[in-house]
Amino acid sequence: MLIEIKDLSKTYILGEIEVPALKETNINIEKNEYVSIMGPSGSGKSTLMNILGCLDVPTGGDYILNNQNVSSLTDDQLAEIRNKEIGFVFQTFNLLPRADALHNVELPLIYNGTPRIKRREMAREALEKVGLADRADHKPNELSGGQRQRVAIARALINKPSIILADEPTGNLDSKTGEEIMKIFSDLHAAGHTIILVTHEEYIANHSKRTIRLLDGYVQSDTMN
Amino acid sequence: MLLKLTRINEYFLMAWDALRTHKLRSLLTTLGILIGVTTIITIWTTIQGLNEYVYGQLSGLGASTVYVEKFPWVITDNYFELRNRKEVTYNEYEEIEEFATLADAVSPVVSARKKLSYGKEKYEDIRVFGTDDEYAVIGNTFPEVGRFLTVLDIQNNHKVVVLGKDIASNLFKEENPIGRRIKIDADKYSVIGILEKKGSVFGQNMDDYAYVPIGTFRRVYGGHQGIRIAVMANNPDNLEDLKDQLRGIMRRVRKVKPADEDNFAINQQDMLTNLYAQLTGTLFMIVFVIGGISLLVGGIGIMNIMLVSVTERTREIGIRKAIGAKRRNVLSQFLIEAIMVSSLGGLIGIILGFIAGTFILGMMDLTIGVSVSAIAIGFGFSTFVGVLAGFYPAYKASNLNPIESLRYE
Repeated sequence: MLIEIKDLSKTYILGEIEVPALKETNINIEKNEYVSIMGPSGSGKSTLMNILGCLDVPTGGDYILNNQNVSSLTDDQLAEIRNKEIGFVFQTFNLLPRADALHNVELPLIYNGTPRIKRREMAREALEKVGLADRADHKPNELSGGQRQRVAIARALINKPSIILADEPTGNLDSKTGEEIMKIFSDLHAAGHTIILVTHEEYIANHSKRTIRLLDGYVQSDTMN
Repeated sequence: MLLKLTRINEYFLMAWDALRTHKLRSLLTTLGILIGVTTIITIWTTIQGLNEYVYGQLSGLGASTVYVEKFPWVITDNYFELRNRKEVTYNEYEEIEEFATLADAVSPVVSARKKLSYGKEKYEDIRVFGTDDEYAVIGNTFPEVGRFLTVLDIQNNHKVVVLGKDIASNLFKEENPIGRRIKIDADKYSVIGILEKKGSVFGQNMDDYAYVPIGTFRRVYGGHQGIRIAVMANNPDNLEDLKDQLRGIMRRVRKVKPADEDNFAINQQDMLTNLYAQLTGTLFMIVFVIGGISLLVGGIGIMNIMLVSVTERTREIGIRKAIGAKRRNVLSQFLIEAIMVSSLGGLIGIILGFIAGTFILGMMDLTIGVSVSAIAIGFGFSTFVGVLAGFYPAYKASNLNPIESLRYE
């Protein structure tokens, strides 16, 4: 089992009011699954994604990633897990605007101490995988939206993470480009990667093999496509 | 360890990138530091250049020589009270010569400006000293050719003169001056020696001096003129004892009542070096305060801009954290950026300071010495300010929440 979520809950405290965002959630995800997480705003979708991405910790229950309980780690330990285990792809790409594509892709490797030459080589390979080898020295503002998202995917892949966590990856792209990006995810899945897709678009979720729907902090349904 | 080093290197590259992207802003950020360091280095190097010159010049006065004179060199009392003092007399010289047991050499010195001539050659406004044979040691006046004044010259009031190097070459050109007779005003003197080249002290050319026996001087130009008495200690460590002894002799000769203050002065090189050190010390303090304030303001400027920069780059920080940057990674990145901005200002300041120092000293015909301590101080201070100013913004950056930072617009 790659991901085991047991009785996971997250409650935000806003002043004196407790706002439950996730309630006693249980989800298991195997290696090489392709899962979509869907739900309207306020369903707890983002909260779940933040916890899955180790950007946040739950207030109750356990999150076991790769046989390691990450529910109660410190900020720095979480940073290390994110670096090693998780590749993020965001709706807004989140590339460093002043850095060229190659530098953006090699960024995660800086934080695990990979030597420069090795880093460059790996970043080049990752860019090649997403078909952007010839754009390595372009800055984000010199790239199209689809190209930027591919750079972000290359960055997500570079550390060979256990999970690729994509948050509305096509939300800022036209449908044709969106399809291209979804094709890349399908290819990555075929190549053995585990992909978790957060979206509110049915047709995007349809690319995945399993759909988990959230509503009001609960898992409403969990179906294979 | 190697990993750590590559990382530090990485932070410097990031910082350099950030600085390059905002060239003008970086320069303005570090302007305070730049001005502070420039000020400090300019004054530092200038004072050091001056020190070398002044102490070099003052050492010519002789560290173990004191001068009994009418006025002190550094007047701190009311001048109008000093004005009525008696001149130091030849008689007093004789008393000191006889009773100052701690003295190695005692010379009376009197001087006047005279016209020297030899044949058609004239040389105006030359300082002529009347003194004795012992002055050779005290005044460091050793002949290059011929001899200095001797005991016989003094006892017999010979009409002889010892010339400074420049006088000799101006009056005699190619001719050998020894044995020639020159005129000082209307009186004829035989040249018995030419002094070694001495250079100038505080702009006075010491090679333009001439020396005649004191008795001759007094007989020809009158004995009413006050003199000063140059006394060299037999041991530099006894200088204070010697001064006490001289005071005792002078007070006895002048019949100064026990309750009254000295009505003469005993001067020594120390007084000038002390005065000089005091002046430059004060200047140093002022400059350090101004430089320090400038550095403080500069540091606040850096902190301010770094805080703005952290806010501006919240999203960048979020991205870095999301992909695995730890607190200390973010802290180091921003701290090193602050240090780099600051020490860059320091570096430019050091260069500008040296240029300014060279320029100022150049106007005084002095040369600058590149001082390692000045560079170290300039660089050290600016780096230190960078650390102080950068720490809080960097700490703030390192504490940002990645989720919120990623959402920051």
